[in-house]
Amino acid sequence: MKVMSRAALAAGLTLSASLPAMAQATWQPTRPVEFVVTSGAGGGTDVFARTVQAAIAKHDLLPVSVVVTNKGGGSGVEGYVYGRGAQGDPNKVIFGTNNAWTLPMAVRTNWQVQDLTPVATMAFDEFMLWVKQDSPYRSAADLINAAREKPGSVRIGGSQTRDTDQTLVALIQRAAGVRFTYIPYRGGGEAGVQLAGGHIDANTNNPSESIGGWRGSQVRPVCVFRREPLPAGDRVTETQAWSDIPTCASQGLPVDEYRMPRTIFLPPGAPAAAQAFWTDLFRRVSETPEWKDYVQRTSQSARFLAGDEMRAMIREEERATREIFVAEGWTSN
Amino acid sequence: MLSNLDSLMHGFSVALTAYHIMLIVGGVLLGILVGVLPGLGAPNGVTLLLPLTFTMDPVSAIILLTSLYWGALFGGSTTSILFNIPGEPSSVATTFDGYPLARQGRATEALTYAFLSAGFGALVGIIVITLLSTAVASFALRFGPPEYFAVYLLAFSSFIAFGGGTPLKTIIALALGFGFGMMGTDTVSGAMRLTFDVPDLIRGISFLVVVIGLFGLGELLLTIEEGPEFKGANGRIDPREILRTAARMPRYWAAMLRGSAVGVWMGITPGGPTAASFMSYGIARRVSRNGANFGKGEPEGVIAPETADHSAGTAAMLPMLSLGIPGSATSAVMLGGLMIWGLNPGPMLFVEQHDFVWGMIASMYLGNVIGVVLALATVPLFAAMLSVSFAIIGPIIVTVCLVGAYTVANAGFDLWLAVLFGVMGYMMKKLDYPLAPMVLAMVIGDKAEDAFRQSMLLSNGSVTILWSNWLVGTLTSIALLFLLWPVVAMLLGRRRASRAAMAAARQGEAV
Repeated sequence: MKVMSRAALAAGLTLSASLPAMAQATWQPTRPVEFVVTSGAGGGTDVFARTVQAAIAKHDLLPVSVVVTNKGGGSGVEGYVYGRGAQGDPNKVIFGTNNAWTLPMAVRTNWQVQDLTPVATMAFDEFMLWVKQDSPYRSAADLINAAREKPGSVRIGGSQTRDTDQTLVALIQRAAGVRFTYIPYRGGGEAGVQLAGGHIDANTNNPSESIGGWRGSQVRPVCVFRREPLPAGDRVTETQAWSDIPTCASQGLPVDEYRMPRTIFLPPGAPAAAQAFWTDLFRRVSETPEWKDYVQRTSQSARFLAGDEMRAMIREEERATREIFVAEGWTSN
Repeated sequence: MLSNLDSLMHGFSVALTAYHIMLIVGGVLLGILVGVLPGLGAPNGVTLLLPLTFTMDPVSAIILLTSLYWGALFGGSTTSILFNIPGEPSSVATTFDGYPLARQGRATEALTYAFLSAGFGALVGIIVITLLSTAVASFALRFGPPEYFAVYLLAFSSFIAFGGGTPLKTIIALALGFGFGMMGTDTVSGAMRLTFDVPDLIRGISFLVVVIGLFGLGELLLTIEEGPEFKGANGRIDPREILRTAARMPRYWAAMLRGSAVGVWMGITPGGPTAASFMSYGIARRVSRNGANFGKGEPEGVIAPETADHSAGTAAMLPMLSLGIPGSATSAVMLGGLMIWGLNPGPMLFVEQHDFVWGMIASMYLGNVIGVVLALATVPLFAAMLSVSFAIIGPIIVTVCLVGAYTVANAGFDLWLAVLFGVMGYMMKKLDYPLAPMVLAMVIGDKAEDAFRQSMLLSNGSVTILWSNWLVGTLTSIALLFLLWPVVAMLLGRRRASRAAMAAARQGEAV
């Protein structure tokens, strides 16, 4: 009985799938979809996914409801393992960062980024070098010189181990030929507070992670890891805006650009029609005022990538990161 | 300080609208519900409600979410007392005396003690926030990794050292707890530990699942073995009992003040409500005149952890808003909410978002008062559940436990874990191994480990960093003193005993 009903179901599915095959993009979710977040509740990826969810709800972009589930165990491994297990399911959308390809380098996992179905990259989060408000370090060069004089004496905090922050610190060390002591915390927020308390000398937080501390005169940004300063905008503090912060390269810290993409994937083997549907949906989300407001407020750079462009970006980023991982001896496979 | 009172008055003008009162009542009721159901705790409840708040004004949104949190803190004590199943991690310590009280047919009394002392603790926490907001925030900034470690060590040693039980069995239970706590990803090295390549173990073992198994299912197995009757069944339910208990509350003023002090301290130094309740229980057992009764159904054993739990829960809102430090899993979710509503936690929040901050603080007063009243109103209802025959309530408890274990991470694997820990809890109780040290080790073990290893990174491997300034030095020294207390007490006791024996011998000679 069971076998038969399953066979009947399969037949029905192929039938319904083949009927609208003439127009590929007509796939539409017919039951509640799940946004799988590869961070804990309250983390950066969580805010990303929930902002998208809020924009979808406000503009009625989806005919079905959205459930957000947090699967942030193992720095996000949990979410990808879950997505990997949902092979071919177009109703599970995975939200992440570059951890989609850095995690498989650092720990043994059962997925590679090539297995996942890329949907969209919606923004790039910027990185800055922060020091305490009353720190003696005025520029990136000061910090580098201090580390050169006494290797290991400058302590830089960041979120997690072998994740974006530590990778950036490794990049700085290699580029400037110095050695810092890296202290891993549970998240960027914690690294920000630890800097404000003077327990570390610097951190590499994203703008949104430390904007509160900057406005409250606890910490200040030294430079931004970007080819050009951030675009002009409103003043953040009494005297300065994000655009007033110089690039790190101009301060003698030869890391031209470093940033973290906000990525969206479908499980491996998801149908092309579903991939097209989601790409189109998120493109429309990226045009909503809610999304623009979020990107501006968190000082990220809005840039929508999909399809081959996204694949090329992943390939390039993966190659660059792997180089550092290999050099630092962080690879597990 | 006076300007803070002005701000508070302004806050009340924001919070005291019909819409906000409705949100508070609704939030508290929902909170009590999610608090009562184990597994579906405050963090899950707040996460579920978060999408609803996207379209709200930030101050209304935070009022709704914090009210739910207060409700959940109240509700979490209910099942701890009635069925030995902690609804929230922070109400584990409430089971130690709350459940024995319920088994003696004094469930109404125990629930009333719990809710009233919780309300008291919450008020103390809010008053501290109101009066000292600026000073407290800058104090919290002094806490780096060594200070964190010292706080955890202090919480740990004040609970362990003042406990009873066979030392060897306590140590075994502790070691098991540390072992379970370290499963999953290690923050400092990034490596997977004790996961045995099982994908489900990557996220580690959830403390909630363990507690549901050890306490809920384990207790159930014991009940079945001892005869399928619930001893609380003969407890008469008399609403007037609530008032009589309330009249007895002032007698325990010392326990309430002590619990609140511990709670406020742990809420500001981010030790968190769970560690606070354990620490408060441990200290109360040591200091109280009724210390010997602890664990057998002593009201003070309910009051101490409950006041600490709630004062820590409310006091932790301050570092959350002013610094962005999440004191608990729930406030981590709220922090995410803050970002989505377009607010940045930080010192400027108090300056720029006057309506938001003070409206929320004012709503905390209202929410907790409403919370106590609503929670007390549920007492007769919940106490009546004990008189239902075990043949009905037993299966319901199993269902609730398993549903709860599943809800924690929506994972089927956790059901097996819960059952496994249920069997383990049963065996540990049979063999007289204490459960509490194991649970405590799981709660603060991995945080303490992170803090210790971060400290060692900072100091290049020198332990002297734990005495590098007066704050951390004092904390570490007190913690070590507490930890070594049993040894000191034993030595003192032996000397006293030998002196007494000598005296007795001399007396004998004299006769």
